[in-house]
Amino acid sequence: MFKFKDWFHHHHHDNVRKGELTPYHYTNPYLIGILLGIVLLATFVIMGRGLGASSPLSTVVAVTVNAVSPETTQNNSFFLGYLGDGETNPFKNWLVFQVLGVIVGGFISGAIAGRARFIVSKGPRISNNKRFLFAFIGGTLMGFGAKMARGCTSGQGLTGGALLSLGGWVFMIATFAGAYAFAYFVRRQWT
Amino acid sequence: MDMNLPLFKFGYFNDEVSLIVAFVIGIAFGFVLERGGFGSARMLAAQFYFTDMRVFKVMFTAITFAMIGVFYLSWLGYLDLSLIYYSDTYLLPQALGGLILGIGFVIGGYCPGTSGVGIATGKIDAMFYGVGGLFGIFVFGEMFPWIEDFYNSTNMGKINLPEFLGLDYGIVLFIVILMAIAGFTGADWGEKLMAKKKASQVKES
Repeated sequence: MFKFKDWFHHHHHDNVRKGELTPYHYTNPYLIGILLGIVLLATFVIMGRGLGASSPLSTVVAVTVNAVSPETTQNNSFFLGYLGDGETNPFKNWLVFQVLGVIVGGFISGAIAGRARFIVSKGPRISNNKRFLFAFIGGTLMGFGAKMARGCTSGQGLTGGALLSLGGWVFMIATFAGAYAFAYFVRRQWT
Repeated sequence: MDMNLPLFKFGYFNDEVSLIVAFVIGIAFGFVLERGGFGSARMLAAQFYFTDMRVFKVMFTAITFAMIGVFYLSWLGYLDLSLIYYSDTYLLPQALGGLILGIGFVIGGYCPGTSGVGIATGKIDAMFYGVGGLFGIFVFGEMFPWIEDFYNSTNMGKINLPEFLGLDYGIVLFIVILMAIAGFTGADWGEKLMAKKKASQVKES
């Protein structure tokens, strides 16, 4: 039977057994999808652009490399692209502020739900240190892939997807294909 | 009827204000992601083992909602759809980048935005993932002179599916909606199947 309350307090078995037990459960994915759709649509109609996540990381990398070795960045159009015109601060950027907001908003939601505390998210069959190594390797591939694709799940997936961008849809299909193709090899980490 | 959307493109506020808008939108984005369970790598990875398909459900509900929204507002004459920015299509680099990012997703457990939410809620693995992300971008930057030609190859400009397929925008919209409904039905069915499989395994052991 359909219970309206379940839309807001979605029960997930993983939450109950492991350290991620929460007073409030995660909200129904379709409701979350509509809320995320509203945020995405609001960004389109207010700003005339979409959401993003990976480009502020590139700004951090470019500014750091530039501080350590300016001759590297001056001869590299990729790094130069994130350093701006040299007059305005490269961190005074729309996506940098949006990502700062993501961290604040994520913390607020986690704090309300009693989920904001130091834990390691993993399956029961893998040690913490191995999980950290996998997280680092996965992050490295993500960083490389997001730059190659000119965007990530937010910029190409959500934004490009909703605007029916050809490249966005190709990216999204390739992302799911890559993840499903490789899932078997890392199953011990999650299940 | 006045066309005045997107507000920023019609000069309703300046760059400084746009940064405040960015921060507020970011808060909403982060809140919704966390509330959906996307601060947890294990929850995200469940997508790829068919046990909890919420990555797909959330993404495609959001995409479908916003897609219909911009189409409707532009059909009513309020929104100039051509003023909304999205990046050019570079077919091969985006296909390869997506593949690499997807493999990184299932190994690391996050994607860039969700790792931010993971870090914000204290997931230590998300912090390692974030450091890895910085390292990956550094490697990409250092390799850039060698991969620049490929990076700029198969450039098709700013092109959308209706233009590429030679179909009406509304027709493509309708096809995507049908695909989403079929996908949601399949995802719900897959979850039930996996739950049944798990229950029978528990009984046996």
